[in-house]
Amino acid sequence: MPDISNLITYFFLFLSLNFEIFILITYFENREKIEKEEKWAMIKPKNYPSVTIIIPCWNEETTVSQTVHSLLNLDYPQNKLKIMIVDDGSKDKTWFVIQKFKNHPQVELHKKENGGKYTALNYGLSKLTSDLVGCLDADSYVHKDALRQIVTYFQDKEIMAVAPSIKLWQPKTFLQLLQKVEYGFGVFTRKMYHYMQAIYITPGPFSIFRREVFQNLGPYRHAHNTEDIEIALRMQKNGYKIAHAHKAIVYTVPPKTVPKLLRQRVRWSYGFIKNATDYRDMIFRKKYGNVGMIILPMACLSLLSVLFVSISFIVNFLYNIFVWLVKVGTVGLNFNLSFNFDWFYLNTELLVLIGIIVTLGSTIMILMSKKMSEGKLDIGMDLVYYLGLYMFIAPIWMGRAVFNAIFSVKTPWR
Amino acid sequence: MQNSNGINWKKYFFSFVITAVIFFTAILISNYFSQKKTEDIRNIQDKIAIDILSSETQFALLEESSCNDVGAGTLSTELSELENKLTYTENQRGFDDPEVQILKKYYFLLEIKDYLLMNKISEKCKKTPLSVVYFYSNDKRCTECEKEGFVLTRLRELYPELRVYSFDYDADLSAVKTFIRINNIEDRLPAIIIKSKTYYGFRDIEDLEKAVPELTKLKIATSTPLN
Repeated sequence: MPDISNLITYFFLFLSLNFEIFILITYFENREKIEKEEKWAMIKPKNYPSVTIIIPCWNEETTVSQTVHSLLNLDYPQNKLKIMIVDDGSKDKTWFVIQKFKNHPQVELHKKENGGKYTALNYGLSKLTSDLVGCLDADSYVHKDALRQIVTYFQDKEIMAVAPSIKLWQPKTFLQLLQKVEYGFGVFTRKMYHYMQAIYITPGPFSIFRREVFQNLGPYRHAHNTEDIEIALRMQKNGYKIAHAHKAIVYTVPPKTVPKLLRQRVRWSYGFIKNATDYRDMIFRKKYGNVGMIILPMACLSLLSVLFVSISFIVNFLYNIFVWLVKVGTVGLNFNLSFNFDWFYLNTELLVLIGIIVTLGSTIMILMSKKMSEGKLDIGMDLVYYLGLYMFIAPIWMGRAVFNAIFSVKTPWR
Repeated sequence: MQNSNGINWKKYFFSFVITAVIFFTAILISNYFSQKKTEDIRNIQDKIAIDILSSETQFALLEESSCNDVGAGTLSTELSELENKLTYTENQRGFDDPEVQILKKYYFLLEIKDYLLMNKISEKCKKTPLSVVYFYSNDKRCTECEKEGFVLTRLRELYPELRVYSFDYDADLSAVKTFIRINNIEDRLPAIIIKSKTYYGFRDIEDLEKAVPELTKLKIATSTPLN
């Protein structure tokens, strides 16, 4: 008779497998569409809408110039693209650094008192005159085709926002390679959510909106430092369509150290939990489509399941190490070099079999996401790091975020 | 089937059915292997039972004969394999599992029979029986039982000739209870019987080697070239 912990694990594994299968069915349903879309997005649009990109900066003296240059290099008509840099009360030399762009015809400089990213964005929105508007964080860079590809999607009048694909800027270290797989996975899942009309995050870097979104739904909100989740949920709640231009690439600089990565992820997870709580009335409501029926519930459950399964695994792993240490302490370290294979000792427990199937499903999805985001199917060290270590690291920020959410501990931006 | 909100109920249904089929298949596969493993244990037990019965019969037939006719080779060699597999199964399914309990009871009976037979052979051949009888408990009162288990497993690896008989002190089996009573084993575990002397508490490899000096000779014998 399985114990309660095993039953909970089975429950989470069933849901995870169900979700993986749901996503894989979506992929196979839309495989041809993806290829068609890639060809179609390469065709230059006849009419280019006017676009404003807001760059909110707070102490970004080292990265802001490169961000602006990447926008100026965009393959987009100059008279249709405006760059609005909003210095949100930086204490470093950001304002001084951006002065070099003050005479550039495409660039506008603004300075305001520090109030947080969403206030800088709203400041920019208040001065908006273009058809489309987007934001680019001062630590992100765009591929020159990104905006043109995104704009193609706005030919569909019903599309109100388009999210890009986010990749890491030159990942090299072990920690960055680990995140590379995660970001690639994000590209794949967001594309699937696109086909399910269920994108629930319009990422901060370079998601582009129709001006009407803010005119009709109001400006950005503080939204627990994750305004990109809140605006997407607000749009979904009001039936606004969000698309994903998977070939529109934006590069972001990944955190280089574990504490910085943890801080970023705690903020994301905390922001998701708080926003999901604010929009809990969407959960299991048919009128909100797949967002309400599967994506939001699964996103909430995945937080719990990753926490539960990972903690169970880690506790088990540590217990086995403890037993091994007791054994070594009792009889010493003995290497038995003779190896006799006996199938009897193969672990064929249900939990292990299901665990293998779920891991296999995840691996297939990761490989597909690599193919989609990198154009090739390879098994590199990044995949090994991800599969081997993610479950040890992820529970740290998820646990912290859940703790912060329950005990209302504020999660800072940096 | 897809409505304006993008919900495709067919997809919800199919993904659920596929998941359920995968789960059900995994349950069947897991149960199949579980049964095969139980069968494997039963086969070993049956083989040991036949070995013991054969030895007992041989012993009865040749009671008046010399020791050479009933050497130590008549004892079953599969007891340790059986114990390893039972321990593994117990760890996988838990010691409360009813099937594990039955398998263990049968194993204890085989151990007692093997122990009695070995003593008879040793008596006839006027040899010191090379055996350790070990009493443990799976409950929390025996904090040293796990360590003692490591020691005995290692000892058996070092001296394959040594016969280790392990018994759950709390086993609900009258034969084991009688065995405990006639040997006057107190509820102070782990308890080990070597050459009719009972030791309570944890004993390391050196302690046991001292208690059975014959083991050291075996070590020398196996490490000395034959010529």
